[in-house]
Formats: sequence, C-alpha cells, structure tokens
Amino acid sequence: MVYLTRIEHFNAAHKLYNPAWSKEKNEAVFGECANENWHGHNFELYVTVKGFPDKDTGFIMDAKKLSQLIQEQVTEKLDHKNLNLDVDFLSGKLCSTENLVVEIWKQLQPHLPAHASLHSLKLYETPRIFVEYFGENL
Amino acid sequence: MPTVAVYRKEHFNAAHRLHNDAFDEATNDKIFGKCNNPHFHGHNYELIVKVTGEPDKQTGYVIDLKALSDIIKENVLKRFDHKNLNLDVSEFKNLNPTAENIVIVIYNILRPLINSAFGLQVRLYETERNFVEYPA
Repeated sequence: MVYLTRIEHFNAAHKLYNPAWSKEKNEAVFGECANENWHGHNFELYVTVKGFPDKDTGFIMDAKKLSQLIQEQVTEKLDHKNLNLDVDFLSGKLCSTENLVVEIWKQLQPHLPAHASLHSLKLYETPRIFVEYFGENL
Repeated sequence: MPTVAVYRKEHFNAAHRLHNDAFDEATNDKIFGKCNNPHFHGHNYELIVKVTGEPDKQTGYVIDLKALSDIIKENVLKRFDHKNLNLDVSEFKNLNPTAENIVIVIYNILRPLINSAFGLQVRLYETERNFVEYPA
C-alpha cells in the first residue's frame, strides 16, 4: 500500500461563535476568535489517498486529477469565502477547524475512485495549528 | 562602525475585502474578483520588520529585538490580529486594505516609534507566495 498526498490551499474568513450562548460567554470561551466582524486565515489542506500503484501507469491516482477533484469539491467552495455565511455544507455548524475537516471529508470521500481510498486529511489553520482526520465514526 | 540590518518576524490573522465605493458592483467584481466577496475572506499575515543601524558600542545591539517586538505587538498586532481590517482598523475606513496599503500603514505606525537614526523597512506576506515591501 502506498500513500499519495496532494496539498491545496484556500483563504477564508470565519468566527467562532455559538449562537445559543450570550456574547459574553462566546468571548469567554472563544476569546478574540469570537470577533463579531470576523477574522481570517490561509488554510492549507493535505489530502492523502492510499492504494496500490497501477501496473500500467505506476500511479495510485493521477495527482493532477486528485488536485482537480479537491478544487471542484472543496476549495472552490471555500476559497475567498466567509465560512460561516457562504458555504452550504457548513450551514448551522460551528466553524472550528475540527468541524471543517470532518465536513471536507464528507464532501470529498464519495468522489474518489475505488482504487484510491481517502486515508487522511490534515488541515492547517495557521503554520502552527493543524488538525488531522482519518474518517472515524462517519 | 558598520551598518547592520536586524529583523523581527511577527504574525497576525485578519479578515478583509477589496472594494472601492466609487466603482459600481460590476467594476468591483471585475477588478477585485473573489477578493471583493461582501462577506469578507481572510489571511494569516506574516510581518517582517527590518531595522538598520550601527551596533551600539556598549550593548552590541542595533536595537533590542525584544523591545522591537513589544513595539510591534503593542501598536500593530493588538489592533490588527483577529480583526476585520475594513471594519475594525480605523486607517482602512476609507482606504482599501490591499497588502500594499497595509504595509504602508504599518510602516507609518512604526516609523515615529523607532529612533530616526535607524533605517526602517517593512515586509508583509499576505500568503506564502504574495508579499510586499515598503519603502521599496
């Protein structure tokens, strides 16, 4: 089994805010991330698929096609957007990086070919903060 | 004594949008594209502040980099980090927050706070691959 990773990126605004709580409680829990006027990040998305290299091409999957798939299904919907307001698959969800990575998995996984299954997603919110998801409990 | 350049790197995260009130919607869309999204988007900005001067004979420092960091944090990061540049930062009330304009604003904030005998140059990364520098 070989693992192939493609890195894509997108820039977006968001805020961490639970509408069920008061403004004061949101600020106590989420601090400056609760700024009602939003803030933003450069997100880096690492998509890893696994499989066996094809006998004829040597590929698990054409990395260019993987890139196009990620762009069509995920980054085009997120890039230069407001995650809380503009993204249908995040509607009603708290826009933490943890929730975002799970929702990205749901968008991408059904579109991958059978011979290259999704192994993991790694999502960087800043160069020093990232989350990983392996598709558990879906 | 020789002149030496010293650098301090800081970062902040912010939302913004590129928009000119004087343009109609179609022109804003044509010029600024997806950066014009009325709901904003955002970046992790990396800020590199360069100070040039002669090392002090007593300390060996051009400028104490901790002191420089404190100046940047107090006067720039506190006002820019986790903010909406268009809505929360007064300098951009009537100024488009492009990387070019942001770097000029930051330079103008810092210049009076750093000894005028020293040179000052500011570099700002909007993404890993887009960055600006002022003065040019």
